[in-house]
Amino acid sequence: MKDNRAPEDFVLRLRGITKRFGALLANDAIDLELRRGAILALLGENGAGKTTLMNILFGHYLADRGEVLVAGLGGGLAPLRAGSPSAALDAGIGMVHQHFTLADNLSAFENIILGTQSLFRPWLDRGSARRKLEKLMAGSGLNVDLDAAVGVLSVGERQRIEILKALYRGARILILDEPTAVLTPQEAERLFETLRRLVAQGLSIVFISHKLAEVMAVSQRVVVLRKGKVVADLATAETDAAHLAETMVGRAIPKTVRTAMAPGAVILELDKVRVAGVHGRPALKDASLSLRAHEILGIAGVSGNGQVALSNLICGLQAPEGGAVSLHGQAVALGSPAGMVAAGVGRIPEDRLHDGVVGDMAVWENLALEDYRKPAFSRASFLRRDAARAHARQSIEDFDVRCPGPEAATRLLSGGNVQKLILARVLTRAPMVILANQPSRGLDIGAVTEVHRRLLDARARGAGIILISEDLDELLALSDRVAVLHRGVLSASMATEEVTIRQLGLMMAGHDRQEPAHDAA
Amino acid sequence: MRLEPRTQVPLALAIAAPASAIVLALLLAAIPLLWAEVSVLEAYGLIFKGALGSRFAVTETLARATPLIFTGLAAAVAFRAKLWNIGAEGQLYLGALTAAAVGTGAVTLPGFAMIPLVLIVGALAGALLMLIPTILKLRLGVDEVVTTLLLNFVVLLFVSMMIEGPMKDPMGMGWPQSEPIVEAATLPKLVARTRVHAGLILAILAGIAVWIMMQRTTWGFEARAVGASPAAARFAGMPVPRVMIRVGLISGALAGLAGVGEVAGLKGYLTLDLSPGFGYSGIVVAMLAQLNALAVIVAALFVAIVFVGADFMSRAIGVSNYLANLVVATSLLTMLLASLATRYRLRWR
Repeated sequence: MKDNRAPEDFVLRLRGITKRFGALLANDAIDLELRRGAILALLGENGAGKTTLMNILFGHYLADRGEVLVAGLGGGLAPLRAGSPSAALDAGIGMVHQHFTLADNLSAFENIILGTQSLFRPWLDRGSARRKLEKLMAGSGLNVDLDAAVGVLSVGERQRIEILKALYRGARILILDEPTAVLTPQEAERLFETLRRLVAQGLSIVFISHKLAEVMAVSQRVVVLRKGKVVADLATAETDAAHLAETMVGRAIPKTVRTAMAPGAVILELDKVRVAGVHGRPALKDASLSLRAHEILGIAGVSGNGQVALSNLICGLQAPEGGAVSLHGQAVALGSPAGMVAAGVGRIPEDRLHDGVVGDMAVWENLALEDYRKPAFSRASFLRRDAARAHARQSIEDFDVRCPGPEAATRLLSGGNVQKLILARVLTRAPMVILANQPSRGLDIGAVTEVHRRLLDARARGAGIILISEDLDELLALSDRVAVLHRGVLSASMATEEVTIRQLGLMMAGHDRQEPAHDAA
Repeated sequence: MRLEPRTQVPLALAIAAPASAIVLALLLAAIPLLWAEVSVLEAYGLIFKGALGSRFAVTETLARATPLIFTGLAAAVAFRAKLWNIGAEGQLYLGALTAAAVGTGAVTLPGFAMIPLVLIVGALAGALLMLIPTILKLRLGVDEVVTTLLLNFVVLLFVSMMIEGPMKDPMGMGWPQSEPIVEAATLPKLVARTRVHAGLILAILAGIAVWIMMQRTTWGFEARAVGASPAAARFAGMPVPRVMIRVGLISGALAGLAGVGEVAGLKGYLTLDLSPGFGYSGIVVAMLAQLNALAVIVAALFVAIVFVGADFMSRAIGVSNYLANLVVATSLLTMLLASLATRYRLRWR
């Protein structure tokens, strides 16, 4: 970025930021510059150091070395006091976290002004706050119903409130951490338009993401982080998605190829299944689907639209209130995880650390968690520890679980390796039905590729797979058919080849499919 | 300065950490001794002498350790499954009450049958008592810390009622106590004319059995998994409620056995001062042992040494035997530090 522009063109400059967590060098001498009125994308895999860097910038962490310079109102860059979120706020830095920090029971207006007014004033100055906000909304196009309780608003609206909150506090630099993770494609597009409008008004934005298409669409500059280091700092116009992907991962990425395969017999059938949600409202309303051998059925949808209920049903965690579920044409015992395991259902849970493994137990114990009562692992109530350990060593090797050995505590494994451990436990039983709920969320590209390969292998072996994912690219790459969940209603499934991301996005937002539905199921 | 998780714990550290925790606790407890203007070395010397200095002292210490092993195991088993049984005191008394009811002449059998009978009914009573809070927890989500704790007082009042009323010894000169246990139901003494009885052997065997169960069997596997992560255990298909009930029954039974031992081995009859809080001390024992059943035996011995020795020291130099509580409590804290040191490595910068 050596050019001859005046330095006041920059609003933010990080110099030599270094942060170490134990043996891990999370940030290694990172330099970064943000131009006024520009969108800078910070691209990197999970664990590349993006979040650490932003937490240092925002004062949540203290850097071991390096400094942060922020432009004041006058324009000149001045060092920011480290380790103080309030200093960052005062300097005009606003952050929108991936997980929103809003109070559900307060209105949008109350959420925005929360904490901005003096504690020593007996009442809130609503009038001027409201005028200021309305001006902001008109100028930015961030429209929300200020009087609605946040709890009833959609995710997209909540995100707009978060951005408004930052702007209301006078943010001149906005940091967005994975802002599209929870949005439908249309909502994401709307967000991008807003961001373009905001930068045109002089706001500067750091956009953190690991999705290449968005980075290409929205940013002017891309900084790629890998293993805590800046590996590329490019103008977006001068690069392309494929090159960015390779830079981000550090090697060529094998492409997931789904070969066409004739579907076999129906293995799992849901007929008008109802599953209860919280407060008596059904979480799944009369859902019907049929899953065949050699087939992956993708379930798209914004999170919170019934995915949990569908997953709980097939995992055996929840019994339905009505409807019929049959496996290989026979009724199954529902509401029992052990029953589902015995019926040959392989289950990959959404929250792998909470539901998938017992962190404080050894790797070998976790690998035997579903099978410890089988003769292979226990005899007369006594564990066959040597047999279980030998099995674990085999699984570790077959599934390339990186760990010190079968005795290692599972909590010390990385996310990708925990997922490989769960895949090993599930897939070595050769299940005919597999439920994979967000199987690649939070994993780095290497592990994602591995998960995809394993699922496709299982499909080739003859298993039917239900793949629940919020990542539409993943769904379209892996699934033979896709169905959409919206407010507990499962759409008819469509052949993947005949559906576009745009159509899926509309269906995820509750619209009916525009073209006549091809009902494959 | 920061903490870093250890992937392996060296054996030397695993031994040195608890040992230095005890030393540190003794050093800390020396501060009030200095304040009381007595010689620290003399006080600790007297504690040692009082607990281990003679044949009689050793038998006293072992007799004191016996119920502590049982209640320590009761807590260790339950806590491992995150079932917070604070009610070992009540289960101990109900076990003692049942043993007294059966063992004071209600049933007459020869010794080889009578002793197992009182042991079984006592264990059963403790187990069934623990069943109530376990089921309340599973069915209604009632916090078992509250229910087990409060049941202690219910049981104590019930025992009081029984030994003031139907079970009162007519020959007891008006004292609230039960009739003496019949000869056939009395646990044999291990050393003649001392108070150490066969309950000690049973307690040690129970410790070994519990260790084997927890580490080597599917029951223990389930209990550990349910304790460490109920959600993952349930997801994997473990019968979580059944595991909880089983753990509750075993825990209650072990506490009940502590009561049987005190009635049928040590005292010979039931009174309201049968236990000076063995149920609660069992929690400390279990925590000191970090819920390891074999370590419970050692921790119970340690606590017994401190208490028996402190009584002796108190009589000899007039420092309150409350020092024993102080030493045990401090060692619990230092043991927590030690466990931190075994799980984490301290790094400067």
